[in-house]
Amino acid sequence: MRPFIYEQPADISAAVAIASRFTTDDDQPTRANAQFIAGGTNLADYMKLGVAAPNRLLDLNRLEEPALRQIRVSDDGIRFGALVRMGEAADHGEVKRRYPVIADSLRLAASGQIRNMASLAGNVLQRTRCEYFRETSWACNKRVPGSGCAAMEGFNRQHAVLGASDACIATYHGDFAQALIALDAVIRAEGSRGARKIPFARLHRLPRDTPHIETDLAADEIITAIEVPAMPWARRSRYLKIRDRESYAFALASAAVVLDLDGDSVREARIALGGVATVPWRARAAEAALQGKKLDEASASAAAEAAFADAEPRQHNAFKIELGKRTLVRALLETRDMKV
Amino acid sequence: MSQNPASSATGLSRRSFMTGTVSAAAAAPLLTSAAKAEVPAATHSKLREAVAVSLRINKRPYELSLDTRTSLLDALRDHAGLTGTKKGCDHGQCGACTVLVDGKRVLSCLSFAVMNQGKEVTTVEGLASSEGKLHPMQQAFIDHDAFQCGYCTPGQIMSAIGCVNEGHAHSEDDIREYMSGNICRCAAYPNIVAAIVQARDQARGA
Repeated sequence: MRPFIYEQPADISAAVAIASRFTTDDDQPTRANAQFIAGGTNLADYMKLGVAAPNRLLDLNRLEEPALRQIRVSDDGIRFGALVRMGEAADHGEVKRRYPVIADSLRLAASGQIRNMASLAGNVLQRTRCEYFRETSWACNKRVPGSGCAAMEGFNRQHAVLGASDACIATYHGDFAQALIALDAVIRAEGSRGARKIPFARLHRLPRDTPHIETDLAADEIITAIEVPAMPWARRSRYLKIRDRESYAFALASAAVVLDLDGDSVREARIALGGVATVPWRARAAEAALQGKKLDEASASAAAEAAFADAEPRQHNAFKIELGKRTLVRALLETRDMKV
Repeated sequence: MSQNPASSATGLSRRSFMTGTVSAAAAAPLLTSAAKAEVPAATHSKLREAVAVSLRINKRPYELSLDTRTSLLDALRDHAGLTGTKKGCDHGQCGACTVLVDGKRVLSCLSFAVMNQGKEVTTVEGLASSEGKLHPMQQAFIDHDAFQCGYCTPGQIMSAIGCVNEGHAHSEDDIREYMSGNICRCAAYPNIVAAIVQARDQARGA
């Protein structure tokens, strides 16, 4: 691991000021000399592997703003401070009651230990676990721009079938993000250019020909909160995650589903897919396919077909298309049958 | 002839021999201080300069002088000489390094020691009473033969205590789900679950 200087800024503006001093406008947050750390479960791992090599680590855990550690429930929705830990949000009574899809997505992610450590903001920013990204001897356009992609012709069973490009097929492995994108969440961030709101759907960038640009954030910008709008019908929501083993594994396919039902028929559906795409993936075509329809196996299957219409398989991951469709069908029917 | 494989002919146990070797080799030796911990800021501004880190480990204050890159796991094992916490994968995949920090179970391999300044760390060495009476979770692991090789056991026990304290040990299914971050290569899982049930019931004052 590269040696690094460790600092504990006292508040958000101090953290931004230090980051701003040691980064440039062209720096990507993941490649900048100064980087933020909160739980560290992703960054410490990647520093050990040499994938991340910050020269200066800014520890956000001592920031004094209390809101960073709070979950606030109001008529407007729910606001998660950026430093709230995954486990705390997963166990929060109002989160479980109002947004089961959020509680599910957090509970089914990682392990008890990691959920105690990992912050919510860090969780949404977690980087891919593509084996060729993790191991620095392989070519990887995300890790070293322009170096190529060893996954294209490699063992790509874990890789994405949606949102990929000729430069990168790495999967976005998070779970919480699928719930957030389905619920139209908003990110609040602060940087040297001030505070701003970012629709969650615009936080992550498709790889295209610049897979090393992973998010919309500047290198000196800190996520301060995640806001989820009030949505009474989100009580009928869930997150279904299919894995190689029953627990503590990344999704091969997952689905976040939120349903507004009028009897049997769908007034509105929100659908996001995990484990199959390069970024948190909102399946708008599937949502549109369900609107006004009676939700049954046939309409759910039609929606799943729409969700994967543009899927592009590689040598080892074609199974994800069928698995992803079945996962979505099951998630839709189970959500329909929830007692709320 | 001694039947105890942990003892050598010199009377040195394997454990104290290993620990001694490690401490002698460590660049920054342990400085234990009984002085009141003042928690100075661990911020520093020079590369490769050792940082003074104050930790409370098993209710005792430690002053360590560490490279910023030192994980909490390595600080415990190599600098504080507490080798009960085990290094398995060193990448957050196995759970062998689980300890409690401020009462919550965490992976010490994925935490830089310097980030734990002033925190209360509990390792497997801190569980038994000063008279040597085992923690109910330790006793339950013995009662149920909840290990084979034993390498994952300290992490399993620390994680199990965290799991019960968090209220995530309601059922056996619950225990399996919330203990999934601790891998046991010998697959002692059924016995681990039984041990946790016993210790949970004891903790409830059954």
